[in-house]
Amino acid sequence: MVDVTPADAVPPAEVAEMELYHPHSWWTKYVFSQDAKVIAIQYSATATAIGLVALVLSWLMRLQLGFPGTFDFITPEAYYQFITMHGMIMVIYLLTALFLGGFGNYLIPLMVGARDMVFPYVNMLSYWIYLLAVLVLVSSFFAPGGPTGAGWTLYPPQAIMTGTPGGQEWGIILMLVSLILFIIGFTMGGLNYVVTVLQGRTRGMTMMRLPLTVWGIFTATVMALLAFPALFVACVMMLLDRVLGTSFFMPAVVEMGEQLQHNGGSPILFQHLFWFFGHPEVYIVALPAFGIVSDLISTHARKNIFGYRMMVWAIVGIGALSFVVWAHHMYVSGMHPYFGFFFATTTLIIAIPTAIKVYNWVLTLWRGDIHLTIPMLFAMAFIVTFVNGGLTGLFLGNVVVDVPLSDTMFVVAHFHMVMGVAPIVVIFGAIYHWYPKVTGRMLNETLGRFHFWVTFLGAYLIFFPMHYIGLMGVPRRYAEMTDVTVMTESAHHLNSFISIMAFIVGFAQIVFLFNLIWSIRHGREAGGNPWRATTLEWQTPQTPPAHGNFGKELPIVYRWAYDYSVPGAKEDFIPQNMPGTFGPSREPA
Amino acid sequence: MSVILVFLLVIAGFAGWWLSHQRLMTKPWLEQGVAEDFVPFDRSGLPTAKIGLGVFLAVVGCLFALFTSAYFMRMALSDWQPLPMPRLLWLNTGMLVLSSIALQCASVAARKRQMDTVRLGLVAAGLTAIAFLIGQLMAWRDLTADGYFLASNPANSFFYLITGMHGLHIVGGLVGLSRTTAGAWNGARPERLRLSVELCAMYWHFLLFVWLAIFALLAGWAATFIDICRQLLT
Amino acid sequence: MPIVVVLVLIVVGSVLFHFLSPWWWTPIASNWDYIDNTIIITFWITGVVFAAVVLFMAYCVFRFRHREGGRAAYEPENKRLEWWLTIVTGVGVTAMLVPGLFVWSQFVNVPSDATVVEVVGQQWQWSFRLPGKDGKLGTSDTRDVTAENPLGVIAKDPNGQDDVVVEAADLHLPVGKPVKMLLRSIDVLHDFYVPEFRAKMDMIPGSVTYFWFTPTKTGTFQVLCAELCGQGHPMMHGIVMVDTQEDYVAWLDQQQTFAQLSAPQQTGSAEQAPGNATASALEVAVKLETVGSR
Repeated sequence: MVDVTPADAVPPAEVAEMELYHPHSWWTKYVFSQDAKVIAIQYSATATAIGLVALVLSWLMRLQLGFPGTFDFITPEAYYQFITMHGMIMVIYLLTALFLGGFGNYLIPLMVGARDMVFPYVNMLSYWIYLLAVLVLVSSFFAPGGPTGAGWTLYPPQAIMTGTPGGQEWGIILMLVSLILFIIGFTMGGLNYVVTVLQGRTRGMTMMRLPLTVWGIFTATVMALLAFPALFVACVMMLLDRVLGTSFFMPAVVEMGEQLQHNGGSPILFQHLFWFFGHPEVYIVALPAFGIVSDLISTHARKNIFGYRMMVWAIVGIGALSFVVWAHHMYVSGMHPYFGFFFATTTLIIAIPTAIKVYNWVLTLWRGDIHLTIPMLFAMAFIVTFVNGGLTGLFLGNVVVDVPLSDTMFVVAHFHMVMGVAPIVVIFGAIYHWYPKVTGRMLNETLGRFHFWVTFLGAYLIFFPMHYIGLMGVPRRYAEMTDVTVMTESAHHLNSFISIMAFIVGFAQIVFLFNLIWSIRHGREAGGNPWRATTLEWQTPQTPPAHGNFGKELPIVYRWAYDYSVPGAKEDFIPQNMPGTFGPSREPA
Repeated sequence: MSVILVFLLVIAGFAGWWLSHQRLMTKPWLEQGVAEDFVPFDRSGLPTAKIGLGVFLAVVGCLFALFTSAYFMRMALSDWQPLPMPRLLWLNTGMLVLSSIALQCASVAARKRQMDTVRLGLVAAGLTAIAFLIGQLMAWRDLTADGYFLASNPANSFFYLITGMHGLHIVGGLVGLSRTTAGAWNGARPERLRLSVELCAMYWHFLLFVWLAIFALLAGWAATFIDICRQLLT
Repeated sequence: MPIVVVLVLIVVGSVLFHFLSPWWWTPIASNWDYIDNTIIITFWITGVVFAAVVLFMAYCVFRFRHREGGRAAYEPENKRLEWWLTIVTGVGVTAMLVPGLFVWSQFVNVPSDATVVEVVGQQWQWSFRLPGKDGKLGTSDTRDVTAENPLGVIAKDPNGQDDVVVEAADLHLPVGKPVKMLLRSIDVLHDFYVPEFRAKMDMIPGSVTYFWFTPTKTGTFQVLCAELCGQGHPMMHGIVMVDTQEDYVAWLDQQQTFAQLSAPQQTGSAEQAPGNATASALEVAVKLETVGSR
């Protein structure tokens, strides 16, 4: 036993005892709260609410694709508005907000052993600006002309022209303003997440003792802080093009037989800026999922994550590499063809650290003690869908293979699998895992298993066959596939099948929401550490953690986050804040 | 996109330097016990607020690097007609330099706890910064009066856009500066005041640096400089 | 335990689906079977990896699921294994990348004997321009687009006078001859895509992009727009007919040149050429209406 703490080695005072704000009224406690846990729940609830809108939109467009011509109200115009809002909401307002604003806020302070985020006031502002961004976005549904139908990529010139819904009306303006607000709000939150990890860690919590969840969210936030400005720049410039008639992105164009005033702008410039944000964005969503799923697998297989160091290096490596692959979204955009060589190479290189992460997840299962809990099932669903979607990424990343496949349904299937289904099942797994900490009660097991099976199998059945429709050559973003000759009769039946699966999977999400609400009151009491996990959030004196997280004294960390099934230890887990030395052939500390 | 990539390379350099101190090669499962025994360098000794501001400035830098990248890419197209730089910009630059100097003085004085000098420095910095903003608006007015409208040429569009974006950041800084100044009069704790004065100074120096960079960019020197470099390389 | 069965079923089902389902790419009609081959290589490599990972996971769950009193093994890492896996992955990735880059360099380098065809996209129809007897296309500019000159051919350029203009009609190509498609748009982004040719490329207003291919089969092929271009996007079809040399020449002889098309304009009978751009917009508006009312 080496753990006698020298009293003079106290870390900087503000880490241990930062000035904690104390809420005095109901309003400051539950509404304008500066407590990261409350902000996390606000973020999650808002993201879920707007996510439901996106879910309904996906139903509407599946109605049109599965049963073309049956529903009169889904005009091509409406269809493009649905896909645009669905895509934008899912990618930015749901996934980014939920992973970073929701999970980041809840888990970072608890996992690093801090009382709160380092700048709680800014953190609160971050949420309210996010909410404002969401409201502006929603308002575009009620604006004259409706929301924009430019596709979530918002490519100019069409995004701001008459032939696109909302292009010359309010839709595109509200969308751009909403994005700008989102980025401002996110930057405020992101500063908190990064600096809390840098400076807020409790004694003994070195970077290499952090759970991979924190590593994932931390790296993703750093990337987001550097990538979102590109979207900001693109949005501001497009807004000027649209409102004040500048020509950043707008070349000379003829619109419905009339010459427009714009001249000389470059649509490709927008694409570069957009994808300079857009590709890191994929990993901004993926890295937190990687981190969380590592912790889920490790905890529920009762085994340390295999190759922790490799996992950390891979997260950092993927984060860095993802800034030099953006133009693989632009192989057929008409940019200089020689870029293709460079970007195909970097894109396929990024597959290597990603593959290592997959190997390490499944190797963690090897000789584990696998508890088939719902979080574990969702983690496995993640591996299946992520491997599937990641591998199809190798088709699209390899420049010449991308040529026939790009802009087809293959792409739609690919990115839904890899950054739709895969991160979403991680979110579900994470909710089943951490819900007991947030509420003190377990989610209902039967409903949970129903939700898992329907979501996992349904989503696979939606998106796996969809690849083959793309392989046939059917382009994406077609409100009408009936006129496409390569689309065979049987493929139309397949489309109907996919639509029916989409309704079923969507329905299962309503069951899940019901479970979330029902279990707050009626769930089984969970206790402080129902999964017998090692990380700090499970060691709080109260469940749900009270204001300030850790009671009187902050925990001191003595070990890494993965001491499961250590030989010689009595229990099969050793919490990070438990002193003592265990295990075989450990070097003396 | 080369400007932003170079900028990110610098950020990556910082990140790499920091990571190299995090002992990424250790085997954490072998190290049990209090971390101080094996971690000499963990958290930064700098105040958290400064680190927060540092991260924020990196984001701001990223934003302007991206504008610069877009500027160069758009500039390469055929319809680009550079606009003349109003002379007034030199005066404005001088104002912003003075503003930075004043804040630097305030920050030195805050360390020595000379409250009068701190107040003087803060007010001087605020006034010169406002003078800078007014000067920028006058430069805009002069240009429009001479027929260089926002939408008439991409060079003009970029001029208004980038200077406007920089001006907005100064306005944001003025909010912080006014809070600090209020604190200097209302008897904020000396350590606290010192920290906020230092934060203001840091932000001001950075925005001065950004201004000098974009001034060089908008005046066309940056492009000339890059051309010379390119010629030297080939 | 159901998860073990399901994981195995997913692998078996996916493989069976791949081989047995009727949904596969359309028969190729161009020289880009290289691309198809690269896709096949990629399918094999990725398929093996997918099956291996998921089956391994299924085995792990089967073999190491929780049993009373069971305990997990303790193994923080295994350097050798990780290095081996990295190397094997690297080899697999290289096996996909190298042929890919090789074919890409063929794709971007146009053979010198390729003839030129210009495709002009506009909301929401395709037009084409072929060089006349001089073998050269005249220059063009979106600013010169008018109802009488829908492709924006610069009238002053002598090279342009004999260009064959095919406005909003079918394109014919001779079989077996490499052709370089020059792609231009006068309004928004479009993408000239014929699934049977495998190749595609975006068209950007203000610049000219290209790709090349050699048609290898005669027949009629549908042109699709593959880049979202507004609400008429899914209706933006066209036809490419690949002909034998004789048929092609016969077709070409019937086409009008730019000079012929702009002749009535010079004589002053502007009614002869109603605003074509407006006409196309109207046409699509009608189409949209019919779709909407369905």
